[in-house]
Amino acid sequence: MNSENSVLDPKTSPTFPIAARATLGDTQLRKNVRHATEVIQNKRARVVAEMPDWQQLRESGRQIRQHTMANLETYLEEFERNCIRAGGTVHWARDGEEAKRIVTTLAKTYASQQNPEVIKIKSMTTEEIHLNVALEAAGVKAYETDLAELIIQLGHDQPSHIVVPALHKNRQQIREIFQREMNLPELGEKPQDLADAARKFLREKFLRVNTAVSGANFLIAETGGVCIVESEGNGRMCLTLPETLITIAGIDKVLPRFEDLEVMLQLLPRSATGERMNPYNSIWTGVHAGDGPKNFHVVLMDNARSEVLADSEGRQTLNCIRCGACQNACPVYRQTGGHAYGSVYAGPIGAILTPQLQQLHHAQSLPYASSLCGACYEVCPVKINIPEVLIHLRNKVVKQKGPLNPEALAMKMAGTLFRSERRFRAAQRLGRFAETPLVRRDGSGDGWIGWLPGLLGGWTQVRDLREMPKETFRDWWEKRGKRGN
Amino acid sequence: MATETNGVIDTSSARQEILRWIRAANQGVADSQPVAQQWDRIERPYRRSATRSREEILELLEDRLRDYDANVVRTAEAEVAAAAAKMLAARGHKRLLIPGGLNPAWLPAGFDYVVDDGASPAALDGFDGVITGSTVAIALTGSVVLQNVPGQGRRAVSLVPDHHLCFVRVEDVVETVPEAFDRLKATSTLPTTFFAGPSATADIEMTRIKGVHGPRFLDIILVE
Amino acid sequence: MFPETGKAVVKVLERLGHTVDFPAGQTCCGQMHWNTGYQAEALPLVGRFVEQFRHAEAVVVPSSSCVAMMRDHYPKMAEEIGDRKLIAEVAELLPHVYEFSEFLTVRLGLKDVGAYYPHRVTYHASCHGLRNLGLGDGPLELLRAVKGIDLIQIENMEQCCGFGGTFAVKNADVSSAMLAEKTTAVLNTGAEACTACDNSCLMHIQGALHRQRTGVQTVHLAEILAGSEGDVL
Repeated sequence: MNSENSVLDPKTSPTFPIAARATLGDTQLRKNVRHATEVIQNKRARVVAEMPDWQQLRESGRQIRQHTMANLETYLEEFERNCIRAGGTVHWARDGEEAKRIVTTLAKTYASQQNPEVIKIKSMTTEEIHLNVALEAAGVKAYETDLAELIIQLGHDQPSHIVVPALHKNRQQIREIFQREMNLPELGEKPQDLADAARKFLREKFLRVNTAVSGANFLIAETGGVCIVESEGNGRMCLTLPETLITIAGIDKVLPRFEDLEVMLQLLPRSATGERMNPYNSIWTGVHAGDGPKNFHVVLMDNARSEVLADSEGRQTLNCIRCGACQNACPVYRQTGGHAYGSVYAGPIGAILTPQLQQLHHAQSLPYASSLCGACYEVCPVKINIPEVLIHLRNKVVKQKGPLNPEALAMKMAGTLFRSERRFRAAQRLGRFAETPLVRRDGSGDGWIGWLPGLLGGWTQVRDLREMPKETFRDWWEKRGKRGN
Repeated sequence: MATETNGVIDTSSARQEILRWIRAANQGVADSQPVAQQWDRIERPYRRSATRSREEILELLEDRLRDYDANVVRTAEAEVAAAAAKMLAARGHKRLLIPGGLNPAWLPAGFDYVVDDGASPAALDGFDGVITGSTVAIALTGSVVLQNVPGQGRRAVSLVPDHHLCFVRVEDVVETVPEAFDRLKATSTLPTTFFAGPSATADIEMTRIKGVHGPRFLDIILVE
Repeated sequence: MFPETGKAVVKVLERLGHTVDFPAGQTCCGQMHWNTGYQAEALPLVGRFVEQFRHAEAVVVPSSSCVAMMRDHYPKMAEEIGDRKLIAEVAELLPHVYEFSEFLTVRLGLKDVGAYYPHRVTYHASCHGLRNLGLGDGPLELLRAVKGIDLIQIENMEQCCGFGGTFAVKNADVSSAMLAEKTTAVLNTGAEACTACDNSCLMHIQGALHRQRTGVQTVHLAEILAGSEGDVL
């Protein structure tokens, strides 16, 4: 995972169970992930409990997003019109390849010709298309300026969380990276020392580099404005100081009106980082004379989002506002961390987003990377029913895999049993007969199975299974009969 | 594919196709009502107005700002300059940047003020601090909102210097986020910055660290 | 699979003066198929369920995940089948379907069902009961009213045990790691038994507790509520 130039790509990543086995063996990583998710979850719970109208906000948030998606064409055109009117330029990209080509072309046009460089704000959309690799191939050096993204970039690592991409690293590991990459052998390991080092390292770049690349949290159709939320001020630096700003946004990021932000800016920070409001929110519209970049380009990227929109059950995935609350709440993510998902979108949202944005056959194991416990749905600020979408995608995987595999055949067999009382009872008897060679008696004389073959072997890795009862409830009931009162 | 001629990128064919895909995808959910009416139908049962008294709102704002390591004082209009003098002196700051249009009555004598004239980022970095007014403040979230208007200036001004002294008039303080948006609506296309406390990060072991790239020192004077 | 639970449900309901019937034709709610992606296999079970239970005044199910399956998915499944009669029948039947503890606390408005269970017990809140059915404190209130019980709060009561149906075999390593946290939490309470409203979670937890030879048992909530002072436990 840490090898240079490797990227999290579902096309080349191992399946979730295989990748998870590796991360489960990394005790330091698991400790870091557990600590971080616990801290955010507790902070979130505290600030959400402060809000007597939290459930009402969630419902409004859901309705706003659903309404936006149902009228996406209108709102994108409205955004484009208003952004252009305000002095911005809007580009459209069908997929990641087109988006990368547009951004690299713009970067090479505007960045210093002798030494082309850009500064970047943390953006999952650019991670999704691996923009930095494309920029580098085009000879443009990209500097990540978010502290966590800087840790990832300097550590030749990959993001493992939507909001806190380096949460799998602890302070000692971060210090080692900074010592090596910033050439600071004396650097301390206090978080303040590390943040100070990042400030010094990046300040010079903020003041010098003339082109920035950002993502967007929200595009505002009504005004043509863009909103970015952040904590450190690196975002403000990138949005304000360079001459040129290139913003790349998925077509799902649009909001109808300015005042819709009053809902989103309450839901997002409390869900994402457990803050009442992000330390910084920036909203700007096109180009403003004497304030900020002279050149402003927006790239609106589809990259399979319109395909997701066409799926009546899967489309609610597009309502996501990338808060990461589902990741922090997920008991699976908390065990494995993000890299096991083989995609920059990890956790429950990744398990539904990745298979839909990528071709499903590259991500067939992801919809199964969940116990369907529902903790993700409970915390989702826009009420995406993630378990429901997971089940929907599992159905697509089953159809894609076809009927001729051991699991499908076993499921078909079970289905046949459940459709007939006679066959069901026969199976209960047969099951008892079939398990006999596997049953061992324990000290109290109860029968237990400690080893199972094939697909079921996963169960007996760490669990026993009680033998089937000698007398089923059904048998008992028939002997006893119904008793009236 | 995007076509490119002399640096001009033409993505109109991608635009047509994406919009066509979206149109096709949304066929099943088409609604005959005009979009604006559909938007009006969105239910908004959340809190949109204040529930606290003025004094409680001001106290809440102070409390929330302090919670995020801002230094806050409340003072009568006549005492503003004196309060500012005390805060600047405490930090030993002398050379201060101000945006054009800032109320001169609020600026104490004895300090060097330079009115922003569009100086380069590097030049902005040379100031001890910056003094600005504000547009609105939200008590519930401890946020202060700046816009590009006289007295608040362009965004870089309140960003690059390491110390920000900000005046907030009590009549600009609201309790909830929706009330703030109601006030900002008329000027929604101006460059706008919300800040809540000094710059911060929690990227290292989720420990909140004050001060990364934005101003590390924040003083707020609530003007009554 | 768990005849003692069924017997206990019968005992509690009859003790409270209700008449219990068990339609012999019932098999499975279809959850395993539906949740694993085998929608086609699950669909016929909706009609079967309606057929078996349409005449009941109340349908009591001692498994929170089965009730969640019906409530969350049966209406949609009936729509998918496209049978208008079935859609209407499902809509009519579902309000009468209760999870066992829910039947006692919500439908009957009871807390104390006159049970006696002199053991140290901890309660695990099964995910589907907690989040899909919103059982809340209902099961705990029933337990608190049990005579002789020593009820111990478990740490992270609401955290999934890692069962998740076929998840436990498809993602056995992750499931095992989740289960390890749950069994540690159970053992930390010092309880003799862990209870819940769902035998699937309990089978999972029990599997590890037995493998580790902890001596700690799992027992369905109904079996605790069925306990009475005359019983030899």
